[in-house]
Amino acid sequence: MHELSIVMGIIKSTEKVMAERPGIKVTAIGLEIGTMAGIEKDALDFAWRRAIRGTILSEAERRIEWIKAQAKCLECNTIFDIEHQFDACPVCGSYFKDIFTGKQLRIKYLEVEKADEVKS
Amino acid sequence: MCSTCGCGNTDKITIRKVGEDSGDELNFGMLLPRESDHEHGHHHSHAHTHKHHHGHEEHNHGKTVVELEREILHENNLMAERVRGYLQAKSIFALNWMSSPGSGKTSLLERTLKDLNDRFRFYVIEGDQQTMQDAQRIDALHIPVVQVNTGKACHLDSEMVYRAIQKLDPDFESILMIENVGNLVCPAGFDLGEDERVVVISVTEGEDKPLKYPDMFETAGVCLINKIDLLPYVPFDVENMKTYARRIKPDMLFFEVSALTGEGMDQWYAWLASRFENKKKK
Repeated sequence: MHELSIVMGIIKSTEKVMAERPGIKVTAIGLEIGTMAGIEKDALDFAWRRAIRGTILSEAERRIEWIKAQAKCLECNTIFDIEHQFDACPVCGSYFKDIFTGKQLRIKYLEVEKADEVKS
Repeated sequence: MCSTCGCGNTDKITIRKVGEDSGDELNFGMLLPRESDHEHGHHHSHAHTHKHHHGHEEHNHGKTVVELEREILHENNLMAERVRGYLQAKSIFALNWMSSPGSGKTSLLERTLKDLNDRFRFYVIEGDQQTMQDAQRIDALHIPVVQVNTGKACHLDSEMVYRAIQKLDPDFESILMIENVGNLVCPAGFDLGEDERVVVISVTEGEDKPLKYPDMFETAGVCLINKIDLLPYVPFDVENMKTYARRIKPDMLFFEVSALTGEGMDQWYAWLASRFENKKKK
């Protein structure tokens, strides 16, 4: 939800980091998004294409690593793939679980190169 | 309102006390996409004086990788921690009230404030898209309140709360009630710096609400089941609803209450008092 807002946030974060590196071009951005982070892929694509126009990310390659959500059952310690918050442990049926991964929403890295020669 | 990008310079976020014509204003922090033939000067400023930690850099084939590992909701989380620190320092117990519109958040709040006003010092932050209606209801009880009008935004964020707290200037050892915008989806994603989240559901809603809106229920520690005076007239099954909610949050605390009749409120008040005492000790 709020995919547009999230893309704006990514652009703003990138601009802040790159403000200290003037004249340097962002060639790629690495994002880590969990499958249960509440991000709809199509909505993100739609927002991304429009929002990056004329910004520091307009020519950056977008690389998303989708992290599959997993939970650990707190009753029988089984680790299982999870799709919904209300899923039960497939082994013992308990709802007591710790969804330890799959909700990430972060910028992992930026790949940058000099836009032109910078005289020292 | 601009017809090209839909932004409205009149739709600013405002933070006001009852009786104030104008208050603090915020822009909603968004740089809108620029079309070549149309430009708006949207600027967003924060009075941030903290430094950013920018990870380390590696050089590889003329390209440099800047490791960021930065959460996308970084800015909100940062401000939320500032709020949390402030509340901790002043031993203020803060609750973030969330629900769909119409479940009775404001009524429950009114009742709680009325009944406990002689035992605790209360402060209230009201969040709505428009109007001072809710703040006026609280103001009528002679309790300090600030209304945040979010304009187009559908949830409160930590910056709004931070500004509202500055306006309220709450006392040490008090209770801060933050009534979020009526919305069962978006508020769940935004940390406000609160101690606990209270989700309100009324018996006139579907008992499967928790399954349909899991983020909201997962992040709340307490669920107030309101309007129980209507149970004889609706198909709502309280135990079913609790079962569904426990699939999302196994240790959810439930209080069955009626803001109208006052039934069940005592147990809720006991919980509030004990959590407040705990906060004081920290």
